[in-house]
Amino acid sequence: MAKMNMLQAINNALDLAMAKDDSVVCFGEDVGHFGGVFRATSKLQEKYGKARCFNTPLTEQGIAGFANGMAAQGMKPVAEIQFADYIFPAFDQIVNETAKFRYRSGNEFNVGGLVFRSPYGGGIAGGHYHSQSPEAYFAHTPGLKVVIPRDPYQAKGLLLASIACPDPVIFFEPKKLYRASTGEVPEEYYEIELGKAEVTQQGKDITVLAWGAQMEIVQKAVEMAEKDGISCEVIDLRSILPWDADTVATSVKKTGRLVINHEAPLTGGFAGEIAATIQKMCFLHLESPIERVCGMDTPYPLALEKEYVADHLKTYEAIKRSVNF
Amino acid sequence: MTNPNNATITTVHTAEFTAGDALKIPTLRILRDDGSLYEGAVAPELDKATAIKMYDTMVFTRVLDERMLAAQRQGRISFYMQCLGEEATTVGSAAALTEQDMIMAQYREQGALRYRGFTLEQFMNQLFSNEKDLGKGRQMPVHYGSKDIYYMTISSPLGTQIPQASGYAYAQKLRGLPNTTICYFGEGAASEGDFHAGLNMAAVHKAPVIFFCRNNGYAISTPASEQFVGDGIACRAVGYGMKALRVDGADILAVYQATKMARDHALKHNEPVLIESIAYRLGAHSSSDDPSGYRSKEEEEKWRQNDPIARFRLWLVEKGWLNEADDKATIEALRSEILDALKVAEKVAKPGIEHLISDVYAEPIPALQQQLDELKAHIRNYPEAYPVTAGRLD
Repeated sequence: MAKMNMLQAINNALDLAMAKDDSVVCFGEDVGHFGGVFRATSKLQEKYGKARCFNTPLTEQGIAGFANGMAAQGMKPVAEIQFADYIFPAFDQIVNETAKFRYRSGNEFNVGGLVFRSPYGGGIAGGHYHSQSPEAYFAHTPGLKVVIPRDPYQAKGLLLASIACPDPVIFFEPKKLYRASTGEVPEEYYEIELGKAEVTQQGKDITVLAWGAQMEIVQKAVEMAEKDGISCEVIDLRSILPWDADTVATSVKKTGRLVINHEAPLTGGFAGEIAATIQKMCFLHLESPIERVCGMDTPYPLALEKEYVADHLKTYEAIKRSVNF
Repeated sequence: MTNPNNATITTVHTAEFTAGDALKIPTLRILRDDGSLYEGAVAPELDKATAIKMYDTMVFTRVLDERMLAAQRQGRISFYMQCLGEEATTVGSAAALTEQDMIMAQYREQGALRYRGFTLEQFMNQLFSNEKDLGKGRQMPVHYGSKDIYYMTISSPLGTQIPQASGYAYAQKLRGLPNTTICYFGEGAASEGDFHAGLNMAAVHKAPVIFFCRNNGYAISTPASEQFVGDGIACRAVGYGMKALRVDGADILAVYQATKMARDHALKHNEPVLIESIAYRLGAHSSSDDPSGYRSKEEEEKWRQNDPIARFRLWLVEKGWLNEADDKATIEALRSEILDALKVAEKVAKPGIEHLISDVYAEPIPALQQQLDELKAHIRNYPEAYPVTAGRLD
């Protein structure tokens, strides 16, 4: 075990993956010598050479298309999109190509092993072009897997599982936690199974569900609720697509209540999908309407970021509303 | 061309490659480092008032950059981007335009913005995201914009303004306006798909747009040598069938002359023109960047000698239009003026809570109004947690 922050854990995962398998390559804007603007690929070029860790021209659609081509040839590209806000020029390559490669060719070709890594989310005074959480766009695309870790341990295990996965994965990293989140991380190789949620805290009165950077926000709300005598079960979804409805439903059948929190805007956000599925699976167990605590239906603001976000106080209020319904 | 392929057919009977280096693109230089003109070069026609305005604008951005980078380091603003080393590029080009020519910039063109008349107070209000900011405190510092002075609000995603400039200029043409659109971007942004789409659209639809590439050698840490293999960016314009110019970006007379010529051509022939300006991004990419991780101090020092302001100052002094002593006093006065404006702007309130939902649509949709009402009720419950808005919800 070693104490690592999330960037170190990601860097360590990439290092192990590249050491284990020659077909793993890392590239993206500023990823080479500089090691990425957040330094997630630091020292990898030094260690594995320019052919396996390199800067690309400044073109996200190029990066995504290039990654598709490499993966189709059988390599395992780990392509970085510098900010999730800048992934949209690559949308066509990801949504129409990455996601459908295996399906459209009748499995003649596939891009398994391809991972897009991208920092997402707010809380860094980044305004609308350095704060977005675009997971729902990709969750609406069959053929992709979408994964979001909450801490260094999760980041390493989930990233290694993503690289090993036979399907393409979009791996969104909560940049707010890159340096802020630290913890004990095993130095050796390990994977955390994709598609599985984790119950991070047992409780009986209400289920509180989130992912990524929002996990620490809901934790704060849960601590407030517990002072009021409300026992909360907390779940980290971890994989947005495919998502673990069984773990969530098992919990909600026990507690009878669900609050879902995400950073992205409410309308069309992934909480809507979860709420629809859970109300069907748990209809007769629900004691109150499923609550969603999300970003507002506006672009991500700057000066009024504090007001906009799905913070712990709004989550705490939702927990109380649900329990007192 | 008369064939359906719209391609010239020059027949040969033995296969031969055509290499990119067959094309030689000259670089326009007028002003030497010592302030004298190159032999055979002729200075563009510039009256004293214009020349001094150009100089003052460059000095303004230099002092503003120094002061605001320091303010960022002190934690007074969250972010900043300098244009150090590229002052002549944006000021010289903006000076060659008329006031109603549209400017669509990337994010390092404060020189062009200031030349258009953006006031010190307007700069400060944007940088502090306060309620007087024209952009209502929504974008990170340096994302300026002003409809009054024909300066499109900056967007962070790179290259998006390029095809937009083609469309804007095409609309100017359809409206019969005597104006062009200038579109600034870096050599890194020229790798984006939008660059290629935008140039081709402008060429095909004959839009009077000036594509102005600031080739400053770096896209954050990525040197131009890892960005492209062709001869700079200008050669690409030729590939799209448009005229191209390359200029020394530290030579304000050359930049001015090239842009004048490009503007005249664009409007006279309704054709796009591309200018590639060769300069050096002497500062960091932004306040979040540290160039010591990817380039040497020696390299920076070498380029620091190539100061566009010093070069122009020597020319102005030589012409008797500028006096060194007055110049020093002006710079000192400017420093304190900027500091005073900063102190005022940082005390101005943040935008009101209604601006969370304004401008998402022309009128807030009902769902948004409801979300705002719920938010206000929530803030009333926890006023201490939302100090920026709690005291002024109505």
